[in-house]
Amino acid sequence: MYKIGIIGNRDAVQGFMAVGFAVREVSDAQEAAKTLHAMTKSGEFGIIFLTENYAMQLEEELTRYRDLPIPAIVSIPGQEGSSGYGMNNLRRAVERAVGTDILFGNDKS
Amino acid sequence: MAEIRVNPTRMEMKRYQTRYQTARRGHKLLKDKRDELMRRFLDVVRENKQLRERVEASLAQVYGGFTVASAVSSPQMLQEALICPKKEGELHVDYRNLMSVNVPKFELKVRADNSEFCNYGMAFTSGELDAALLSLNGILEDLIRLAELEKTAQLLAEEIERTRRRVNALEHILMPQYLEVIRTIRMRLEENERGNTTRLMKVKDMMLKAQLRSPEDDDEDEELPEIT
Repeated sequence: MYKIGIIGNRDAVQGFMAVGFAVREVSDAQEAAKTLHAMTKSGEFGIIFLTENYAMQLEEELTRYRDLPIPAIVSIPGQEGSSGYGMNNLRRAVERAVGTDILFGNDKS
Repeated sequence: MAEIRVNPTRMEMKRYQTRYQTARRGHKLLKDKRDELMRRFLDVVRENKQLRERVEASLAQVYGGFTVASAVSSPQMLQEALICPKKEGELHVDYRNLMSVNVPKFELKVRADNSEFCNYGMAFTSGELDAALLSLNGILEDLIRLAELEKTAQLLAEEIERTRRRVNALEHILMPQYLEVIRTIRMRLEENERGNTTRLMKVKDMMLKAQLRSPEDDDEDEELPEIT
């Protein structure tokens, strides 16, 4: 059995407490990175949600976990709304696999 | 291209021919694998894209709800209301084998009755909070599914990249190399063959000349010049 974690600003994540996620409130990227490492190391988490503002800054850390089946680290938009970062990630996966962007080419530059 | 040095023998040529056949078979298989992986990958990515759009939109709503909720009640109250979850979200992880790529399959097990989603009394909290939590509850499944799809997409992307490299390596490096080796050996063997023929012709000439010079000599077998 695994847990679901969520890392982000207090305002963004506190609601998830009520649905049983393991909530970690952080206030800067460094703290987020530390929390992320601690969470992945513990091996208890199957999914870790991370708000976009931090995900953007923790690019390298995320690449490290990208090719492991678990945990799945998923960026979700924070309170300030979607910045398109998550979609961008998806586009990058497509580029990596296909060699060129074939899905998103028409709706974004 | 790096050249492989080999002994120009028939044995060696046979060996390289089998290697070439194997490489070609492997190449075909890998190519098929790549195509199938790609097909599935694109399916996953399309679904992923739709789901992400939906989740992002509904998350915005949830956040909006929480903002309103926090506006109408004090932070402490909000914290208190949320802090002890009624539900214990547990994640069940299964692995699925998708074209020999192990992808996780997440399943949310909620240990609570679904009838009540909130764990706080109604007296001190606002209705806005209830609404926000309700909508959050609604997208929970989607969130889990999104995580699953996203991970699957990443893992598939990696596998496709690797397979593509293998296909390319076989197609553009290994197979031409083998062909080159086979060609070299064949040329060398033919050259040897020709050398042998000319040598034999020359020897025959020499023998004929020798015979013409001394026609009384019959037993030519003993007079064969030694050729090695």
